[in-house]
Amino acid sequence: MSVALDIVTIIAVSAGAFFFLAGTVGLLRFPDTLTRLHALTKADNLGLGLVVLGLLPQAGSPRDGLKLVCVWLLVLLAGATVSQLIAALASSESGQRGDSIERGPP
Amino acid sequence: MTEFLTAALGFILAMLALGLVRILRGPGDADRMMAAQLIGTGGIAALLLLGVVTGVPATVDVALTLALLATFASIAFVKKGSPHLDADGAKPTEGA
Repeated sequence: MSVALDIVTIIAVSAGAFFFLAGTVGLLRFPDTLTRLHALTKADNLGLGLVVLGLLPQAGSPRDGLKLVCVWLLVLLAGATVSQLIAALASSESGQRGDSIERGPP
Repeated sequence: MTEFLTAALGFILAMLALGLVRILRGPGDADRMMAAQLIGTGGIAALLLLGVVTGVPATVDVALTLALLATFASIAFVKKGSPHLDADGAKPTEGA
């Protein structure tokens, strides 16, 4: 049983680290602000989520596991909110510079 | 298991160091703020891994605090950059 839980941890933490790699490479390589924001949300939601999922079998008690999940839920909520705000700011800035970005209805 | 989690911790910290390059180069303020948000999230993941590796449960509380602070930093940046989001419907203060 312990070996199975360790395998779950190794797989999930490795997948989470891969998503952090993908998010960082996307942040460095993508051409403009909105595509970089797209890359960043992968690292935020999936990377941290998989790391938390991998650490759950190693948590000492159900209370510790619940706290780990709470950290992830807080980051999910905050990441979604901040992504919307930064995207609105970035699109209004590029609109002021005269680029043509399609704006949705207000 | 401890060795693997330590290796994952080092890998995530290396990714954060790479993210600093975007803060150095990023053409706009929004790009730099996104890199700061990535560093916040990665720091949370690194703290959670560190808490399991060292067996100190208080690091989870530190990770919660870091999540709150990273969020407030980003929201402060957005409110500074866009005056129409200011003050939640209140009138702007005189001379500020």
